[in-house]
Amino acid sequence: MPFTYATHPEAREIVFDFLQGYDVLGAFWTTVKLAVFSAVGSLVWGTLLAAMRVSPVPLMRGFGTAYVNIVRNIPLTVIIIFTSLGLADIFGVTLGASDFKVQGFRLAILGLTAYTAAFICEAIRSGINTVPVGQAEAARAIGLNFSQTLRLIVLPQAFRAVIGPLANVLIALTKNTTVAAAISVAEAAALMKTMIENEAQTLAIGAVFAFGFVVLTLPTGLFLGWLAKRLAVKR
Amino acid sequence: MTEVSVAKEDLAAIDELVALKSVNKHFGALHVLQDIDLTIARGEVVVVIGPSGSGKSTLCRTINRLETIDSGTITIDGRALPQEGKELARLRADVGMVFQSFNLFAHKTVLENVMLGQVKVRKADKKQAEEKARALLDRVGVGSQADKYPAQLSGGQQQRVAIARALAMDPKVMLFDEPTSALDPEMINEVLEVMQQLARDGMTMIVVTHEMGFARSAANRVVFMADGRIVEQATPDQFFSNPSSDRAKDFLSKILHH
Repeated sequence: MPFTYATHPEAREIVFDFLQGYDVLGAFWTTVKLAVFSAVGSLVWGTLLAAMRVSPVPLMRGFGTAYVNIVRNIPLTVIIIFTSLGLADIFGVTLGASDFKVQGFRLAILGLTAYTAAFICEAIRSGINTVPVGQAEAARAIGLNFSQTLRLIVLPQAFRAVIGPLANVLIALTKNTTVAAAISVAEAAALMKTMIENEAQTLAIGAVFAFGFVVLTLPTGLFLGWLAKRLAVKR
Repeated sequence: MTEVSVAKEDLAAIDELVALKSVNKHFGALHVLQDIDLTIARGEVVVVIGPSGSGKSTLCRTINRLETIDSGTITIDGRALPQEGKELARLRADVGMVFQSFNLFAHKTVLENVMLGQVKVRKADKKQAEEKARALLDRVGVGSQADKYPAQLSGGQQQRVAIARALAMDPKVMLFDEPTSALDPEMINEVLEVMQQLARDGMTMIVVTHEMGFARSAANRVVFMADGRIVEQATPDQFFSNPSSDRAKDFLSKILHH
C-alpha cells in the first residue's frame, strides 16, 4: 500500500506539527489589514501628491516634488521606526490608540502610507503624461476649471494607463508590511521570526510564509492585469 | 491694407464681439504674433488663412487664452480676458472651440462628451442635458453614434461630435482651429457642411483653415496672415479675385494653380 496522508493520518500531524500553537492565519489577517488600509491611504495621498505636482501653484508643486524625493529615498525601516520612536514617543502622536498594540498597528499604516504614496504619486504622474495635452485643452475650452479637468478628464485616463505599475507598487506594499514587525506589530513576518526561534523546521516555516505572501499578491497582480486590459482607453 | 467694406465696419463699430488690440506674442525668439489688431462683429464669419507657421493657429488659441499673450488686449463681448481661474473658466464656456485633432474625451461616450460641459459647467439638469445633447448630435448627423466611444468613430464623425460638444455650451462665438486638416479627404465635406449650416444660422465664427472653398462660400471676411502679421483682410470675392498684397498673391498662386 503506497504511503498517503489518508492511510497514515498521523503523518500530517507530524509534518505540520510545527504550526501547532501558532495563529498563522491571524498573523496573515493582520498583514492583509495593514496592506489594505495602507493601500487605500497611499492611493488617496499619492493621487493628491500627483495633483500637487502638476498644479499651476508653484508652492504646491514644490511641496509635492520635495515630499516625493525625500520620502522615497529613506529606507522604509527608518520611516516605520521613526513613527514609533519619533512620532509616538517624542511627539506624543498615538493616533487615538490606548494600548501599545493598536498604536503600533496604526503607526505602521501611517508609515506605510506615507512611504508608498511617494511611489503611487510617481506612477500616476507618469500616467498623466500619457494623456494627450489636447484632452486637457478641450476640457478647459468648455469651461472646466483646473480641478474638474484633473478629476473628470485627466486622472481617469491616467489611472487606466498605469494600473500595471500601480499593481507593482501594491505588491511591493504587501511585502513591505513585514517591516511593521520592527515596531512589534504582530503580522506574518513577526510570527515567522518567533516560530523560527522556537521550532526546528526553519525551511518549512520559511516556505509556509513565502507561500502565504504569494497567495496574497499573485491574485492582486492577476486581477489588476485583467483590469488594465479591460479599462484601457482606446485612442 | 484693409479692404473691409463700409457696411462691415459699421457693423463692427456697433456690435463688436471679439476685439484684439496690438496683440504680441513670442515663442522664445520667434515673434509669432506681431501687433495684431482684429475685431469680429456679432454674427460675422471670419476665415483666417495663410501659410504654415504664420501664427494663425496661435491667434485662434489666444482668443480663449489657451495661449497667453505678451502684450496687447483681447476683449470678448466687451470684457477683457481674465487671468487663469474661475473667471477665465466662465469665459471659456462662452467661447466654443473645435480642434484640429478633435480632442474628444477618449474615456467617455459621444453622448457623455456632449453632456459633460452642460452638467459640470452650466449645472444643467442631467435629463435636459441629455435631451439637448441628443438633439445636437442629430443636428450634426451623428445621433445614431451617441453610445459609442470616440475611437469607434471616423474622423469626420468625431469632428462633428466635437462641434456638437462646443455648441452644447451655447457659445457666443465659435473658434475653429484647422478643423478639417486631420481628416481624410472624403470626410472633409461632412464637417464643412455642418460649419456652413452654422454660419447660415448666424453663429459668430473664427475659422482657421486651408479650405478655400469654405472661405469663398461661407466667410464674410478673409484675414490673410503671414509671418505673424495680418497682411490683408477683405471680402472673399475681393481677396480671391484681386488680392492687394504681393504676399497674398504669391500664396494664392501657389495653392490655386493645381
